[in-house]
Amino acid sequence: MTELPPAIRLESVSRHYLMGEAVIRAVHDVSLSVPSGEFLALLGSSGSGKSTLLNLIAGLDRPSSGSVIAHGQDLSKMSSLELARYRRQTVGMVFQSFNLLPRMTLEENVELPLRLAEVDRSERAARVGEALRRVGLEKRTGHRPSELSGGEQQRTAIARALVNRPKILLADEPTGNLDSATGESILTLLREIQRNPGMTIIMVTHERTLAERFADRLAVMGDGQLLPNGAPR
Amino acid sequence: MKVRDLSDLAFRNLREAVLRNSLTTLGVAVGVASLVAMLSLGVGLQQLATSRLAKSGLFDSIFVTPKTNLRGPGGGPPGTRTPAPKARPLDADARAEIYRMPNVIEVYPQIRFFTEVRYDGKPFATMVAGLPESSKASGAFDGMQGSFFSSPKADEAILQAEFAKELNPQTTSLIGKDLVLRYAERQSLPAQPGDPADNSGGFSVVPKEKHLRIIGVVETEPASGFGGFASGRLLIPLPLAENLRAAQVNDLRDILRDSSTDKPTYSSLTVRVKSPSLVETTEDQLKALGFSAFSLLDASKSLRIFFSVFDLLLGIFGSLALAVATLGIINTLVMAILERRREIGVLKALGAADGDVKQLFFVEAGVMGLFGGMLGTLLGWLIGRSLTLGTNLYLHRQNLPGVDISSVPWWLVLGGIGFAVLVSLAAGLYPASRAARLDPVQALRYE
Ligand SMILES: Nc1ncnc2c1ncn2[C@@H]1O[C@H](COP(=O)(O)OP(=O)(O)OP(=O)(O)O)[C@@H](O)[C@H]1O
Ligand SMILES: [Mg+2]
Repeated sequence: MTELPPAIRLESVSRHYLMGEAVIRAVHDVSLSVPSGEFLALLGSSGSGKSTLLNLIAGLDRPSSGSVIAHGQDLSKMSSLELARYRRQTVGMVFQSFNLLPRMTLEENVELPLRLAEVDRSERAARVGEALRRVGLEKRTGHRPSELSGGEQQRTAIARALVNRPKILLADEPTGNLDSATGESILTLLREIQRNPGMTIIMVTHERTLAERFADRLAVMGDGQLLPNGAPR
Repeated sequence: MKVRDLSDLAFRNLREAVLRNSLTTLGVAVGVASLVAMLSLGVGLQQLATSRLAKSGLFDSIFVTPKTNLRGPGGGPPGTRTPAPKARPLDADARAEIYRMPNVIEVYPQIRFFTEVRYDGKPFATMVAGLPESSKASGAFDGMQGSFFSSPKADEAILQAEFAKELNPQTTSLIGKDLVLRYAERQSLPAQPGDPADNSGGFSVVPKEKHLRIIGVVETEPASGFGGFASGRLLIPLPLAENLRAAQVNDLRDILRDSSTDKPTYSSLTVRVKSPSLVETTEDQLKALGFSAFSLLDASKSLRIFFSVFDLLLGIFGSLALAVATLGIINTLVMAILERRREIGVLKALGAADGDVKQLFFVEAGVMGLFGGMLGTLLGWLIGRSLTLGTNLYLHRQNLPGVDISSVPWWLVLGGIGFAVLVSLAAGLYPASRAARLDPVQALRYE
């Protein structure tokens, strides 16, 4: 075991929703440590709180209690402006439904995080080209998302998540809308990205077999809590 | 986000819902257009009124008369009558003194007399009036036939149209023709042998003739400050009229006043100063000299008040239209938030701060305001133009000279656009902050 600080450390993180009188414990008292460079698969039945947990790590949501510490920074202590910078610089996100902007070309979609991060115009084309090459779409730069297959759209989304060179990649069911062969190729891509350029990846998925093949470790959630049976491969 | 990227995204978003956004922009344009049209009308009418009045000399003129004893001769009971200090006569000396006063540009008497004119061998009775040189610029002679006097002492005459028609219905044929002015010259009588002390016992009236060339016919009765030549039907240069030393309507009063000098006195003088703002002080100075003086300055003050109220009312009506347009912007942007929930969520997930989202909506509102403002100002200008055109068409039918009733000065153009942008930004305030507050987790929830 190395003494490197973990990429992500969750300390009794809870996210509760109030629905009238009832308290919904979407995430309850979760503690978890993800070492830098690990590919973690987050499993669990529908409604078990996987997405909620991922959004907490992404800095899109704030925990009701507990703390989320990413690369030494406590997200719960950050202002909303600092959280936005964290999302721009430290994490990249990939979604089940791709979430590409339909009127923009691939190039423009991938460029979007660079605009938000105020990267120099002169540098952008090279960065976009590099990211699209990484996912094998360098020949489709001028296309609109609707002109691409689902797998290609998800690759574009991955390129967009990579373009700001984040340390952590968060993927919420990235293969959920894809057939199994395409899903496998996406996971292969994520695995390659984990090794080069080197990244911590947390992926939510339903498919245990795929997760077992590609991830370093599985964590399983049930009813907002981590189940003890998730173990390193 | 950098300004360029921000405006880039804003324009892209505006283009995506081009129909809705252009309709909203058009709404702003209509609002601005009505505002600009209303104000241009207000400004135009005000300019028209003030320039007409300034040219007419109404507001830079002071009317001077000698101080009169209100009670008059024999007014009160003989016992209480004290010899009132004799009022200073308004004579040539006084005229010269007034002319030397600072800021005074012109002093002229009103010379009018009733006399007989011979044209083509036929006699006509008419009122002759002397025209000061400055009346050329008063605007009254703008649409005249022929020309204004070639010099202040030329033996020339301008006819008022009604009178010209009496001479010859074909008024243009009169120009260049001669007419004969028959007038009565007053000559002081030599002192009576038995009364050596009094050398101004009176004057005799000697009939005289003057040949004048008709050089112009003026359509409208030229209005002047204080009726200087308002009722004149045959107009001649004022210095010429003075030279004629004609028997004037006020001569009878001169006799009654038993003037001790041979110099002519004036019943009144019109004093013109450099600008209306100098009227008040000059008026006081004239009073200090011992004359009665009054002006129409108060009228000009109330005119200014009238126009600021007028502008305010027009502005309120214009602003109502713009208020409706504001609601249109708010509605469009709120609808856009509902439609673009997911996009906003994606932007936030990619690292957009609340401020970025807010600015994006803000810029979109501002751009709609800018285009709406530009289009609206153009539209408002066109409305003003067509109102002017329509009015002039009507005036032309009535054989009246055209006027410019609308005016769009630069401040109105910039003000119209600036106002539209400001109002649009204000309209974007609520939608922008609502978009910024949107919870990305909710927006991105897979549906
Ligand atoms: N805004 C909210 N208000 C109330 N309850 C919520 C809210 N968001 C999520 N929940 C609840 O929290 C629980 C966890 O939701 P979450 O989306 O994290 O599940 P998940 O594990 O991602 O499920 P799935 O596999 O279907 O995506 C669910 O029961 C959900 O109903
Ligand atoms: Mg989920």
